[in-house]
Amino acid sequence: MWDISQSVKCGELMNNEMQLHTESIVESSGIDYPLLSAKKELAEEKAAEPVRLGKKTFRPVEFVIERLIQVTAFFSLACIILIFIFVFREASSIFVVKEKVIEESVDGPQTYGEEALGGEILEEEVMLQEESQENLRFKNLLGNRWIPVSLNPQYGLIPLLLGSFNVALIALLIAAPISIFAALYTSTFAPKKIKEVVKPVVEILGGFPSVVIGFFALIIIASLAQQIFGLQYRLNALVGGIALSLAIIPVIFTISEDALNAVPHSYIEASLALGAQKWETALFVVLPSAMPGIFAALLLGMGRAIGETMIVLMATGNAAIATINPFSPVRTMAATIGAEMAEVVFGDVHYSVLFFIGALLFVISFLLNFTAETVVRKLVMRRYS
Amino acid sequence: MIMKKKYLKFAVPGFSGLCAFSIIAVVMFLILVLLINGVPHLSWEFLTSAPEQGMTAGGILPAIIGTFLLVLIMSIVGVPIGTITALYLSEYVCQGSRVVKIIRFAVNTLAGIPSIVYGLFGLGFFVQFVGLGIDKVLYGNVMVKWGQPNILWASMTMAVLTLPVVIVSVEEAIRTVPRELREASLALGATRWETIVKIVLPGCSQGIMTGTILAVSRGAGEVAPILFTGVAYFLPHLPSAFSDQFMSLGYHIYIMSTQSPDVAATRGIQYATTLVLLLLTFSFNMTAVIVRSRMRKKHSF
Repeated sequence: MWDISQSVKCGELMNNEMQLHTESIVESSGIDYPLLSAKKELAEEKAAEPVRLGKKTFRPVEFVIERLIQVTAFFSLACIILIFIFVFREASSIFVVKEKVIEESVDGPQTYGEEALGGEILEEEVMLQEESQENLRFKNLLGNRWIPVSLNPQYGLIPLLLGSFNVALIALLIAAPISIFAALYTSTFAPKKIKEVVKPVVEILGGFPSVVIGFFALIIIASLAQQIFGLQYRLNALVGGIALSLAIIPVIFTISEDALNAVPHSYIEASLALGAQKWETALFVVLPSAMPGIFAALLLGMGRAIGETMIVLMATGNAAIATINPFSPVRTMAATIGAEMAEVVFGDVHYSVLFFIGALLFVISFLLNFTAETVVRKLVMRRYS
Repeated sequence: MIMKKKYLKFAVPGFSGLCAFSIIAVVMFLILVLLINGVPHLSWEFLTSAPEQGMTAGGILPAIIGTFLLVLIMSIVGVPIGTITALYLSEYVCQGSRVVKIIRFAVNTLAGIPSIVYGLFGLGFFVQFVGLGIDKVLYGNVMVKWGQPNILWASMTMAVLTLPVVIVSVEEAIRTVPRELREASLALGATRWETIVKIVLPGCSQGIMTGTILAVSRGAGEVAPILFTGVAYFLPHLPSAFSDQFMSLGYHIYIMSTQSPDVAATRGIQYATTLVLLLLTFSFNMTAVIVRSRMRKKHSF
């Protein structure tokens, strides 16, 4: 960066000299901007060359290392793309089972992303073949029964979607008030000593592996809930939701606390100076100002809740019932993948449907994270700039 | 109105304090229950012997070793890549440039993907695509060695999962290396790579360590990504090659508490296994916190 800026400066100096010449030419001949810019570039190159020769020597080792680092840095981007391709590829075969086979035989496996191009011609053949063979259409996925293993398998995703949102919503309803108020407490009311206890404890909770929380839910929370509510089923959406709230409390707490701490001190001082009490300031000044951040925290918490696997797999009972009753056993999307993927035949419809659910989870969590980030950035920028 | 305000004056801090303390109480309660039920079962014997009698007795040694190998391979693969990405982001490109934005976006997205989707990715990419591809090249269509779940693919999947953790902590550490040191090094005629090796890397070694520890802690606890990429219910022997399956602590807890032949009889083993896993991740996290706070102190001059 350093030597480049230097050489650019030198180039500019030389460029000024050249410009005098070119300008006079341009003035005499009228409008000839592209030529001017081309000449400028030429002049710049000529001017910069002798300077660079003295300054910058070509170092092959340095060059190779830089390229290697550059390539490695794009690894995470490559991972995203690979995840996208491979999850969606397996998922897409539920819609184009036959088509995929034909395409593979014609021009190899590289055309997965181009179904739109080659699909139209092949679709008629596909339709004919589909009728005789077991296949799946989009409307089958909208059914409300999930019976993947039977003579007449049904892959309705409605119970799974409902289950996921049911459990995630319960978790959010429990976790949101607790963590937001706890964050408000640590950022405004708490004495320093208590603050130094609450934060590490929440961090410890955040470090709990999800399987451990699932185990607690299975053994402790389920029994407690059954005793308190007198439920018919020991494992249900409520137990899963409570357990899940333990997993998302750290997420919501940490981000909300950051947002609350980011509220400018002048706001608080102004409020106090106007005669507002501490609780009024906290509730009517600090909390509303931090709303975008808290909103982001809730979205991220929701994303985590929908994608969480082990906790719901262990605690929700895993019965695919299309219901919004919190006391009924439910089966979520993530738990379905976790429970059934190990037992499917690779490449059949069930396998593809599970990948389709995975793709759905990918999209949902991506959208939640993306909204959290962009919406908040905009709101925060508008507020504090 | 005044009465209401007086009431609220105590109610608002009171309620928010209650929320904070309820979190502490729940965490304490869970840890206490775990300690009470788990500690009696914990013994040297338990940690160093294999499961016996159809998983209803014996220890968890294979699970501990499996978890250890998993996080070891994961770190060997993931930490260098994460470190190099962080170095590239903070040393080689201008902040705010498009490249930085794209890579940051990728890292953020990676961090937000549900762990089960990583499992699917591991199955679809590493096992089915890379593994079967290797098999086709090496053995034709005769034998399937790499095209099935094994510890290598599970570790690779976990490495991708923990990549954002490493990148974020290393970047944070690189930022604590003073700019003057870098400029001094460059002014003395060192190249950029020399500056990185001699100045930046030593300055952020603790950050790399923190990142590794946090990644290990995360990797040791995750179960969903390894469900179909290599973990096994029970194995008579320890994994000895990359193409072997393995047992893991987290999966052991899951399987013992949900699908064990006699769930009630093995409750003690379940508690003890959970305690071991929790202690493991807890101690890793604590180490990371200590290293990080030391790092901050060291550089806050």
